Amino acid sequence: MKTKLACKNVYLLNFSRNSTDRVTDKVPVKEKKLMDVKLGELPSWILMRDFTPKGIAGAFQRGYYRYYNKYVNVKRGGVAGISMVLAAYVLFNYCRCYKELKHERLRKYH
Amino acid sequence: MNENLFTSFITPTMVGIPIVLLIIMFPSILFPSPSRLIDNRLVSIQQWLVRLTSKQMLSTHSHKGQTWALMLMSLILFIGSTNLLGLLPHSFTPTTQLSMNLGMAIPLWAGTVATGFRYKTKASLAHFLPQGTPFPLIPMLVIIETISLFIQPVALAVRLTANITAGHLLIHLIGGATLTLTSISTITAFITFTVLVLLTILEFAVALIQAYVFTLLVSLYLHDNT
Repeated sequence: MKTKLACKNVYLLNFSRNSTDRVTDKVPVKEKKLMDVKLGELPSWILMRDFTPKGIAGAFQRGYYRYYNKYVNVKRGGVAGISMVLAAYVLFNYCRCYKELKHERLRKYH
Repeated sequence: MNENLFTSFITPTMVGIPIVLLIIMFPSILFPSPSRLIDNRLVSIQQWLVRLTSKQMLSTHSHKGQTWALMLMSLILFIGSTNLLGLLPHSFTPTTQLSMNLGMAIPLWAGTVATGFRYKTKASLAHFLPQGTPFPLIPMLVIIETISLFIQPVALAVRLTANITAGHLLIHLIGGATLTLTSISTITAFITFTVLVLLTILEFAVALIQAYVFTLLVSLYLHDNT
């Protein structure tokens, strides 16, 4: 009985639709995750992020491990994990040389 | 056409910032480091490949030569992965730049020669004169052997550069020819397309073979000198 009440309270605190009931309203803006930040607080949240080299390196590391643990470091991973990386690499290189490539479109008169 | 053909070989810059270092470091994220006894499939496949290649390559070396195992394996992985990634459309291949290949070849060759001179001075100097040469020919042969020794790093670098660059150029040319031929004669375009497919298969093989040859020759120079 007590655990049922506790579960209901946890649900209300985190997932309720009223902004007065959620737990993320009581957390300071600096420590919120992006999805919990309100639209009005977004500029101040962006300015409070850590832009030192260590912070940026930490951001890249977190992004890398997020992708790696979701798609590659699983029990039965497939080609999707690495082929998404290669597709993004191709897209990046295409954007890099778009300036020279746009002259090579199939046209009657160049 | 002239300008377009070689624009894929210039060092890449994006809004004025050279990103060539990022592109050189990109293959390293495709080789995650193993953390457990049995890892995920990608890491297991890479481990199996590395073990297979290292056993085959280092079996002919003595104990001293086998201390170069890490260097040789990372060399073959780097050149192989860089060449294979260069076959993706629009990508930049660092091994087409002579500067980079010279930067790989000269220190490695110099390392093998220095190891030979340091530990087996008489034997490595004896390499300059093959056994059983007639007496009058000795001065000329020493000069020829010296030249052939100093040409080894240049040959290593130029071989890799020329092979990869020539392959990329051929793919560009034949691909362009196929595109323009489709509006002129479909059968010729189909034949050219078949040539393109065969060439791409060849390029995949060449990418791997060149990595292997580079590493094999370095290990051969090492074997001579240990």
